[in-house]
Formats: sequence, C-alpha cells, structure tokens
Amino acid sequence: MNNTAKPKIVCRDIFKIFGKTPAKALELAARGVSRADILSQTGNVVALRDISFEMAAGETFVIMGLSGSGKSTLIRHFNRLVEPTSGSITVDGEDIVAMGKARLREFRRRKVSMVFQNFGLLPHRTVLDNVAYGLLMQGRPKAEQRERAAYWISQVGLAGYEGHYPRQLSGGMKQRVGLARALAGEAEILLMDEAFSALDPLIRGEMQEQLASLQKELGKTVVFITHDPDEAMLLGDRIAILREGSIQQIGTPEQILLEPANDYIARFVKSVNRARFLTAGQVMISFPVLAEKGLTREAACAAMADSNVDHVFVTRDGALAGVLTKDALQESSKGTGGIHVTTSCKTSMPLEQVTPLIARSSLPVAVVDLEGRVVGGLTRAVTLRSIGELTARSSA
Amino acid sequence: MFPELFDTRSFREAIDRSADWVVTNWGATIEAAFSPLLRGLVLLEQGLLWLPWYVLIGAVCGISFLITRNVKLPLGVGILLFLIGAVGFWDDCVRTIALMLAATLVSLAIGIPFGIAMSLSLTVRTIMRPLLDIMQTMPSFVYLIPAVMLLGPGKVPALLATVIYAVAPVMRLTDLGIRQVDPDVVEAVTSFGAGDWQKLIHAQLPLALPTIMAGINQTMMMALSMVVIASMIGAGGLGYQVLQGIGRLEVSRGLLAGLSIVALAIVFDRIAQAYGRRMQTSLHMNDE
Ligand SMILES: Nc1ncnc2c1ncn2[C@@H]1O[C@H](COP(=O)(O)OP(=O)(O)OP(=O)(O)O)[C@@H](O)[C@H]1O
Ligand SMILES: [Mg+2]
Repeated sequence: MNNTAKPKIVCRDIFKIFGKTPAKALELAARGVSRADILSQTGNVVALRDISFEMAAGETFVIMGLSGSGKSTLIRHFNRLVEPTSGSITVDGEDIVAMGKARLREFRRRKVSMVFQNFGLLPHRTVLDNVAYGLLMQGRPKAEQRERAAYWISQVGLAGYEGHYPRQLSGGMKQRVGLARALAGEAEILLMDEAFSALDPLIRGEMQEQLASLQKELGKTVVFITHDPDEAMLLGDRIAILREGSIQQIGTPEQILLEPANDYIARFVKSVNRARFLTAGQVMISFPVLAEKGLTREAACAAMADSNVDHVFVTRDGALAGVLTKDALQESSKGTGGIHVTTSCKTSMPLEQVTPLIARSSLPVAVVDLEGRVVGGLTRAVTLRSIGELTARSSA
Repeated sequence: MFPELFDTRSFREAIDRSADWVVTNWGATIEAAFSPLLRGLVLLEQGLLWLPWYVLIGAVCGISFLITRNVKLPLGVGILLFLIGAVGFWDDCVRTIALMLAATLVSLAIGIPFGIAMSLSLTVRTIMRPLLDIMQTMPSFVYLIPAVMLLGPGKVPALLATVIYAVAPVMRLTDLGIRQVDPDVVEAVTSFGAGDWQKLIHAQLPLALPTIMAGINQTMMMALSMVVIASMIGAGGLGYQVLQGIGRLEVSRGLLAGLSIVALAIVFDRIAQAYGRRMQTSLHMNDE
C-alpha cells in the first residue's frame, strides 16, 4: 500500500438512515443518540453513522462486524445501490452521489463489479450467460463474451458446467459463478459481500489464494466483507470493524491483533490463530550482536548486562555464527565459553513456522532481515507469550 | 322509506341525455374508429370457419402435442372438440373461439403494458387498483349497455365489453409477478449497469412469467364466459344457442350448448396450463 498515491475511494461523513423520516433521525444520529433510542423515538434504523475513510488503489479493504452492523449497506454505497442519507463518496476523484443516470450506468459497467451475499444469479440463464452478463452490459462482441466467460468459469473451477442452470448448482458453486461474473468484466474495483462464505474450507482456501494473486497481478482495489477473522487477517491490507453502523477501528491486521482499540474488538479477533498472522519480526526482542573477530569475555558480559539478557548473537563476516550463553560464560573462568550453533529465521516468517525451531533447542533463534543481518531474536518465552497474549488479555 | 335527497329522476335523465349526445354526435366517428377491429374480427372468424373441421381439430391437437410431448392432452382435447361438433354446434363453437381469442389478444395487448406500468409506478398502481376492482365486480351485463349504445349490437361491442371484463386478471398478475421478483436478482443486474428497460427484459419479465401466465389463463377463461354473455348483443356463437334454448324453452338445446361451453373452457384451460408449465421448465425455474 502506497500512502502517497491518490486514494481510490474516499468516503466522507456517511450517514445512512432507513425509514420514513430520515431528516429527524439524521439529526439525532449526528448528536450521538444511540441506534436503539433513535429506533424507538422515530422508527428509523440508523444503518451507518459517520463513516469516513480512504482506500488506496490496489488495497484490499476488509469490513468486519456482527450481523446487522451495516456491512452490506456500506459496501452498496460504493456502486450506489444504496444512496447515502448524507455524506459523500468519491471514486478516482469523481463524486458518485452526483452522477446522472447514464454516467452511473457507465460507472457500474466499467469500474466496479460486485459479488453478492445471496448470489443474485439469473435463474433462466446458463452459467455461461450469467458469467457473461457484465460483458454483455459492456457491449463486447458475442464471441469475446463467450471466450472470456469460459475462461473465468474455468478459473473458479467450474469448467464443464457452462451449460448448467443456477438451480442445478450447489450454494458454493453458485457463489463461484457470482465470483466469475464479477471478475470477467475486469473492473478495477471489486466489491465482495461475503463472497466466500458459502464455500467449503478447501475451495475457500483456493479462492483466497486466487484473489490474493489476482490482486498482486492486476492491482485491483478490493472491498471484502467477511465474518471470519482469520479470513480478514489473511486477505486484508487494512481491516475496518463496524458495530451498530459506526467504525470501531481501522487498521492493519497487526494493529487490530496487537493493539485492539477496545474490548469489543479484542473479543472479535479472539478466535484468530495468532501464530499464523504474527511474524517473527513483529514480536522479536532485541539482543546484542557482536562480531566474532576481537570478541572478548568482558565485552560479552557487558553487552548482556546492558541489555539485561542471557544471550549474545555472534556474527562472522556479517552473517550469523552462533550464540554465546551467560551460563557457559560463567562456567568457564576465562574465554567466552564457546559459540553455540543456533538457527535463524526471516523477519517475515509467521510464528506458526517459528515454533518448531524454538521447540528444538533452548537457545534463542536469531531473526534476520532480507540481507541476512541479525536484527533481533526470539526466545521460547517471548514466542509463547505473543501467541497466547490475546487469550490472556481478553479473559481479563 | 329512504328520503329523497335530490331529484334522482332528472339526475338520471341528465346522464342518459349526455350519453345520447355522445352517440348522436360521435357515434359515426367511434364506429369508424373501430371498423379495423371489426374487419380483423370478421377475418379471423371467416378464416376459422373456412377451415374444414378436421383441420381445425387436428391443429389444436397438434399444438397441444407440441406443448406436452404427450398424447394424453391432444387426445382429450380432440375428443371434446369432436363431441361439440357431433351435437351440431361446430359453427357456433368456432365463432365463440374466434371472439374469445380476439378478446384475449386485445386484453393482453392492453393488460401487460399496464401491469408493467403498475409494478413500476406507485402512482399508476394507486389509480388503477380501484378501477380494476370496479371492472371486476361490476355485473358483466352492465358493460353491454354503453357498448351497444355507442356501436349498436354486434361483434365489436361484444368484444369491447369482453375486454373490459377480462383484462383485469392479466393486469393484476403482471403487476404482482414483477413486484414479487427476487430483489437480489434485480439488484445484481443493476450493479452491472443495466438500465430500466434491460432490468425489465433481462430479469423482471422472465422471472415474473409464471405469474403472468396464470393471469393470461384467467383472462382467457373470463373472456370465454363473457363471450357467452355477449351473445345477447349479437355476438353469436354458443351463447346464442343457450339464449335460444331459454327463449324457446328447449331444455336440450340449452343443456347441450351449455355443456359445449364447458368443454371449450376445459380445452383452453388445459392447453394454457400446459403451456405455462412448459415455459417455466424451459426457463429453468422449477424442477422438471
Ligand atoms: N432496505 C432496507 N430497509 C430498511 N432497513 C434496512 C434495509 N437494509 C438494511 N437495513 C437495516 O440496516 C441494518 C444493517 O443491515 P446490513 O444488511 O447492512 O447488515 P450486515 O452487516 O450486512 O448484516 P449481515 O452480516 O447479516 O449480512 C440492519 O439493521 C437492517 O435492518
Ligand atoms: Mg450483509
């Protein structure tokens, strides 16, 4: 994600009220009256409250939240299937709320496509024709429509089903047809409302990988709704958590995991397998690093005392040679007690893969950057604490 | 006794006078305006009468076979039509069919577009709803009066009265069918940039088709029943035989003509239903 690039989608102060007297409810909502009170006082539902954020081009933006928190309502603002009660939405600098009918159609045909929670397939058209629908709307030649549709059908693993009708497919297959239909039009912005929720874990994993690689290749901007925190962590560059229509926190997966803004969010991401999403670089602690050449017992002792740790990493020509331990240092009356060989891991390695390395030895594992420089280390205690941290925090 | 609040007599006279005025001043124009309709109607009737009976029965059987791919329906339909001919009502039967078909076609041509408009606009729906209620609950004979006044007894007024009576179901069910279409599908189509017309053609009409077909079937049945009543104003056909049965106190004539009407109703109802089912299957909206 590039912060200096022009934002792709910008929302400013979006409020969305469903009901007969939105003006009155809007005023109450702006004053911070609660959703339940507004409902009982005016009969209107405050679906979204004061939503503002920016999305960079090529970003995957995940929206999470409980049922009824306004996720579907929010995502429908980006192709104006729902109009905001107040606030503005711009895409590539163009105000989409101000678009006329014709311009809006053109915008929907070229720029955004959506995968729906309830599929929304045409029951009387074949899988092929359903997938080709966006291309038909774009006015592409018949042959091209068929060819592209067939390509995307095979990409989602449905080759051979081109002639089938939606009612002959399972829920997961319908969802993949919806996905292929959205991808076929090659829109820059992809809106996915629980697009993977009807898939079994195996295909779901495949689709997640495919989305990630598509995104890397084509740089699509993806807005992705999910109930599954693991999926959010895996796919999201940033995650927004909605509660009763307002955003509780927007942040990178690490921020959400390591610095949840409140208890609600901590509870929300409680079930996340942290070992999978936290990396060695994120939880490592710093250790003294000394060069082997000219290494003395005194220098090692001083370094340990300074950093208040029991180990020092030793490098040879800049690369990791091993580790000195305090115990060995103290046992031998002079000299350094010998360099013990230890393993290293990259900063980007998930803790899940670090744990077996840690389990094998009592020595700390060195964490190295891309150039092989030692930048920190992981002990058993540190690793286990970071994996278990959330459990401890949320039970408090 | 109910008090007389105002002079109803002169009130009614005023209505009658203004109707008379319309007839004397506009009668010829109106008749001229409807003359293409009359010509079409006569052509249809003459054409069907010109066909030998076995060709017509064969054609109806053939159509029902094409629809069902099964001999049961064509066989039943063929036997019923043959029986109508056998009791001596063939020509009346053909006249009734011609008028019913014409009335149904005109009803669809009016009813479906209006039904669509009703489904899309609350204003149109609010206006049309009470009108449809009136059209359906008003005793059907009442329509005969202005029709005859304006055009004199004959086929065209019979057709008009029939259309007014029969147009309601197809209009109502087109409206209902479109409004019942799964909003998720319409939303998806919209999200890909479909305009109003494309939404209608790609999603709303095909998905509403089973309901619309039910409306068409009802309209056809109501047209048939009204065509019988319209015999009183010179539409001819099977209804005329019933009338004669009453006039001459001939139970046999009235009974046989009545049974022929029932047979005709069954024939068209079954064919329309089979067609509806076939359409639904070919649209893949139910399990075959
Ligand atoms: N068309 C509508 N009319 C009235 N209220 C609506 C409408 N659409 C949504 N709402 C209300 O807005 C709120 C948010 O709904 P929304 O569908 O956005 O929730 P969601 O987060 O997508 O939930 P889920 O996870 O169950 O899909 C709900 O309280 C719902 O009742
Ligand atoms: Mg939803």
